[in-house]
Amino acid sequence: MPRFWRKNRHWLTPALFLLPGLILFSLVILAASVETVWISPHDWDGIGAKTWVGLANYVELADDPQFYVSLKNNVIWLLIFMLAPPVGLALALIVNQQISGMRILKSLFFVPLVLATVTVGVIFGWVYDPTYGLLQLIFGLFGGTAPALLSDENFATFAVVAAALWPQIAFCMVLFLAGLNNLNEDLIGAGRVDGARGWRMLRHVVLPQLSQVGFIAIAVTVFGALRSFDMVAVMTTGGPYGSSTVLAYQMYEESIFSYRFGYGAAIATVLFAIMVSFIAWYLRGLIKAERSND
Amino acid sequence: MYPRPIPEDAKIQRALYVGGVTLVVALWLLPLFAVMLTSIRSNEELMAGNYWGWPQKFSLVENYTAVFEQTAMLRFFLNSLLITIPSVIGVLILSTLTGFVLSRYPFRGSNLIFALFVGGNFLPAQVMMIPVRDLMVRLGLYDTVYALIVFHIAFQTGFATLFMRNFIAALPGELFQAARAEGASPAQVLRHVVVPLVRPALAALAILTFTFIWNDYFWAIVLTQSDAVKPVTAGLNNLRGEWTSAWNIVSAATIFVALPPVAMFFLMQKHFISGLTMGAVKG
Repeated sequence: MPRFWRKNRHWLTPALFLLPGLILFSLVILAASVETVWISPHDWDGIGAKTWVGLANYVELADDPQFYVSLKNNVIWLLIFMLAPPVGLALALIVNQQISGMRILKSLFFVPLVLATVTVGVIFGWVYDPTYGLLQLIFGLFGGTAPALLSDENFATFAVVAAALWPQIAFCMVLFLAGLNNLNEDLIGAGRVDGARGWRMLRHVVLPQLSQVGFIAIAVTVFGALRSFDMVAVMTTGGPYGSSTVLAYQMYEESIFSYRFGYGAAIATVLFAIMVSFIAWYLRGLIKAERSND
Repeated sequence: MYPRPIPEDAKIQRALYVGGVTLVVALWLLPLFAVMLTSIRSNEELMAGNYWGWPQKFSLVENYTAVFEQTAMLRFFLNSLLITIPSVIGVLILSTLTGFVLSRYPFRGSNLIFALFVGGNFLPAQVMMIPVRDLMVRLGLYDTVYALIVFHIAFQTGFATLFMRNFIAALPGELFQAARAEGASPAQVLRHVVVPLVRPALAALAILTFTFIWNDYFWAIVLTQSDAVKPVTAGLNNLRGEWTSAWNIVSAATIFVALPPVAMFFLMQKHFISGLTMGAVKG
């Protein structure tokens, strides 16, 4: 045994180092995600035996009006979330000055990012409160009455997304500030010599250098939008009348509250498929960036 | 620098600029200030409808004492620590090992394994919810802190592996060649070369994973049920349901929940930002 060890330790030790993390991650994260696909053609209450039902869950899903509401809301999340990168960039451009006192102001901008989404949800639940909220205070200044956003079918999703934008913008801002601090000074100087200023400088000299950061900002924003769950759960629990659910929340509700784990798994599988295509796009972008760096 | 720096001798411009940015920050954090202000407001004032005026009487101590004494928040807070700290330590150990191997011992398939770690990390939680919950029930870990610890270590290892692999790959290769030339075994390289050099990366990773795990809500409600194991995020949302009209108490609890990650952020800001932007910018 010791001889075998000495002969092979150059690859055995690394293998032993890799295995704990790899096994845990494969088992709990990857295998579980694949198992969800396997559960989806079953009828299952989460405790008893699973009954094979073939594509029945998917057929039901295709006829479920709630599914289309969730899907539509996910698209709304995705579209409105796309405001986060440009707004984050704008804020980063505004604060990117080295003046005493700016450091603390910059960090204050980042605070929403470190708050739990539950905290953000509670804070904005309070902002939107139709009687005492901040929104009512603002409407009151102009003599109006604030709409009860979270209990209005037409506004609930938009109100939740607006709240979720708060930390997301901060995230994009952090990324772009890092990008701005890594600009190539020579190119900026050359641009200045050539008389580029303001918008043209931004468009032709600065933005091309921010493409990698911009790609990551867009990617984390897409993932953030598709993963949205906490804010919906805390602010509206999908209501009123299921009008603000997203796929992630509907899946949770069907499984945990209605004990329809097979149906929940089918929704999760759809989410999985959507996500995998985005992840493939992201990884391709990353590999491309890594190659261009070499 | 872009935008062009405001010249140092333009004192008025500088003052106007800082004043303007301060105003934007104030607006940006207005919702948070509102909650902070409410957390020190007395019951009587809330009853009287003074929601937004300056508090006539400060009830900071009363409100926060009420949170500790009349609610289970302190228990939830301890639970959060019991879940978060072991998880962070586990993630740091596992990802140092995986990152070391994936950056320094290339083998056939190592890129695929790396891609699995990175890709899996982006999967939404709901995709793995049912099997993970089922697994924890079968292992007898459901509704214990261990269910959350095991899950968080597993999940965060994905991101942490990406992080550590990139950091170790960027270390000077000569160090590793020299160690190997002297006949150091992989374990010795890990102990004498990698561990001393990755400390800044570990600090950044620790604060990031601490924040992620502390702020988790979804797994808290999927894997726990009883107050004895529930972390602060799930606890806060329950509290909000029970204390519907006591906004001052809910606000105080909200600030209490937000305190550890915000304090961590301000104490280790440089590490936090460098961790978050790693990979987004070169160098």
